[in-house]
Amino acid sequence: MANVFTNIGDWVTERAPNMMPMYRKHMTEYYAPKNFNLWYYFGSLAIVVLVNQIVTGIFLTMNYNPSAAGAFDSVQYIMRDVEWGWLIRYMHSTGASLFFVVVFLHMFRGIMYGSYKKPRELVWLLGMLIFLVLMAEAFMGYVLPWGNMSFWGAKVIVSLFGTIPVIGGTLVEWIMGDFLPADATLNRFFALHVIALPLVLLLLVVLHIAALHEVGSNNPDGVEIKKGPKGNRWDALKPADGIPFHPYYTVKDLFGVGFFLLIAAFIIFFAPTFGGWFLEHDNSIMANNLVTPAEIKPVWYFTPFYAIVRMVPSFLGTAVWGVLAMFGAIAVLFLMPWFDRGQVKSIRYRGTGYKVALGVFVIAFLGLGAVGAGITAEVIPEWFGNVDLTTWENAFGRLMTLLYFGFFAFLWAYTHFGWEKTKPVPDRVTMHD
Amino acid sequence: MTKRQITMKHFLSSAALALGLLVGTMPAHAEGESGLLKSGADVRDQASLQRGAKLFFNYCVGCHSLKYVRYSRISEDLGLSEQEVMQNLNFTGAKFDDPVISHMPAESAGKWFGKAPPDLSLEASAKSSDWVYTYLNTFYLDPHSPIGWNNTTLPNAAMPFPLWELQGMQTAEYKPGTNEVEKLELSKPGKLTPAQFQQATRDLTSFLEYASEPAALQRHHYGIWVLLFLAFFTLLAYMLKKEYWKDVH
Amino acid sequence: MANEVVDHGRRRFLTATTAVVGGLGIVSAAVPFIKSWEPSARAKAAGAPVTQSLKKIEPGQQLIVGWRSLPVFIVNRTPAQLATLPQQDPRLVDPKSDGSSAAQQPKYAQNETRSIKPEWLVMVGICTHLGCVPNFVGEMKPEPFDPNWQGGYYCPCHHSRYDMAGRVYQGVPAPKNMEIPPYNFIDDSTIQIGVDPKGAA
Repeated sequence: MANVFTNIGDWVTERAPNMMPMYRKHMTEYYAPKNFNLWYYFGSLAIVVLVNQIVTGIFLTMNYNPSAAGAFDSVQYIMRDVEWGWLIRYMHSTGASLFFVVVFLHMFRGIMYGSYKKPRELVWLLGMLIFLVLMAEAFMGYVLPWGNMSFWGAKVIVSLFGTIPVIGGTLVEWIMGDFLPADATLNRFFALHVIALPLVLLLLVVLHIAALHEVGSNNPDGVEIKKGPKGNRWDALKPADGIPFHPYYTVKDLFGVGFFLLIAAFIIFFAPTFGGWFLEHDNSIMANNLVTPAEIKPVWYFTPFYAIVRMVPSFLGTAVWGVLAMFGAIAVLFLMPWFDRGQVKSIRYRGTGYKVALGVFVIAFLGLGAVGAGITAEVIPEWFGNVDLTTWENAFGRLMTLLYFGFFAFLWAYTHFGWEKTKPVPDRVTMHD
Repeated sequence: MTKRQITMKHFLSSAALALGLLVGTMPAHAEGESGLLKSGADVRDQASLQRGAKLFFNYCVGCHSLKYVRYSRISEDLGLSEQEVMQNLNFTGAKFDDPVISHMPAESAGKWFGKAPPDLSLEASAKSSDWVYTYLNTFYLDPHSPIGWNNTTLPNAAMPFPLWELQGMQTAEYKPGTNEVEKLELSKPGKLTPAQFQQATRDLTSFLEYASEPAALQRHHYGIWVLLFLAFFTLLAYMLKKEYWKDVH
Repeated sequence: MANEVVDHGRRRFLTATTAVVGGLGIVSAAVPFIKSWEPSARAKAAGAPVTQSLKKIEPGQQLIVGWRSLPVFIVNRTPAQLATLPQQDPRLVDPKSDGSSAAQQPKYAQNETRSIKPEWLVMVGICTHLGCVPNFVGEMKPEPFDPNWQGGYYCPCHHSRYDMAGRVYQGVPAPKNMEIPPYNFIDDSTIQIGVDPKGAA
């Protein structure tokens, strides 16, 4: 058996000398720091979810009907008439939400341990592009079931582009191919969702990993293992603090995948709507251009960004500022490597100011999410009684918006003017488990 | 205290906090409006589903369709034979494999009620089981309404109360000096006692919840085995990881 | 420690067990996806038996009805057409439908006319070569493709020919006689396609 594989390997190597070593370069001879902690599971989990989305997505398209007249019915057809169609759809819908859970945590890990800093800026930028494409992908996928939330979600999000001065109105009609979200809109979103964006996404993921493997992974200590001493039990020339990705991280990630699938399966089988968070009640009603749902709000993973749009008032006769702020909220993330001028990567050895600021940033992000999801609108009257909801909500939301952007401004000043008092960074990585 | 304990504790406390936030906010979000009764509907209770189906086909199907539900699927899922379904539930002469379509023409329905009665296939997921149950229990006689009936859950509902024979008639007690309903009172008892009527509406709610997602039965059936399998696999993977990581120090 | 002795046996055992259990999981997970390709409840409902009245089909005429998305030919064969059937036997691949075409009809239609009642031919109109729908050429007159034509079917795709009982001629690409679906007579002038006669399973 092993002989057969060796022979096939030799046969391939003879014809494509660099193909087999590629596996070795990215698996057995890729040396990753040995001190990865729990936060380092989310990268491989994102790949697992991506594969799940592609496989279940392909099977959904086999029975989905991308037309305004047939889309909603075809989703119910999948849920009821197609053998196991319900499982395939729930895997896809749950996967979409878990994709964002995993990606948010993955990004937070990067911020926490300074993985965006030199020499990994390119890895970070490619990752941010993935995030951007993922948001577009998720939005268009959300429109496809053609429920009433799909319809109005599409209308509101597309209308964001309508705030752009002069060309806005034309642009909105161009995006929709009609005067409202309609057949044309659904068809083009379908094409983008199932073909164009997944291709871009896959390409970006390959580049993201390739760029990472060029420079090597960061770690919770923010120590460059390549600069440390050489020689370990596997290879005398490799970093002493590195271990081969395969088998050590493949088995570790396998465990992570098992645990993650356990959680995912629990949601898929016992709480697929997740109390209205993953699949919303109003999307059980077919798209209706005459009736707006009582409460329009995006799916949970868009809520922080959506809240920013709502919190910025229009002035000078245009509402473009809110939209600019929303895109700005993503743009500043792209620029993380340049806002942060600090030399120390990991939060473990950074100044107290940074730790507090990052905590505030997390609170601002969650707070904006609460505003966007309508939680504050429910909680404020409950906690504070009969107050002016709009004033209170705006005050809270605007404070959170300021804190969100404030984090980046503070980070720049804090590191640029040398206010940060860092702790000494060890020469070698530290092990905790 | 070692560094390891600190990070672990940190992680656990922040995870607990995040989970607490999530759980704390979820019910508030899921309920939407407050003040709904708890339906207690359970799609795993087959007897309840059968009673609910019987009620639906006696009192509702005259006007409301379940266009996504086939008679044959009801037979399969509710443990009823083809003969039982065709004789006791199917009054429209539809074929066994056909979906449940009301015989009422949409036009005349529009004329009689001001709007066509909605399809109820997805009613329970579009609102919620609690909403359906509460709605069915909050009809009252309203002399100001053109149809003679009103509902506190869905004010100015277009539907006259179809189950009045069973529940009897409720009348409203208004808050002094307002049109706001304070509470409903059973002024004329029906064929069922209040407890029996609540059970009947619970059964009907279960059936509508089933109709909105027949897959729920399969989900519960297979889910537990999938979880057990994954737990076993995760345990194996954990042991494998531990074994290999003996090399790493 | 780095120089600790590795228990290779345990390592191999755990690797193999995890791989087998994981493989089992992947195979089980594939089952729903494979099963999703089976005919759906809607397809099965559409594939339900079809009832057809025979009253308006004149002798010598053919009516095509849909059953399971397949064209089903119903032909009222004239006595003259029926009389030609035995004469064709020498030119056919499997005249008695008991050789290569043994599975092409239910037992109750495995006879000279390939039918329950001699005059009524009920047949799935799909060429056994590559699945085209053959043309009905009922008239007994010389045709370009056969100067000695006795009525039957001619497939436009690759020129396969069948007689008035859907039996395939020798020397054409199609290997088998056309398929006879299960059907039964509800009364003298009504048939039901998709259900065997009572007592003939």
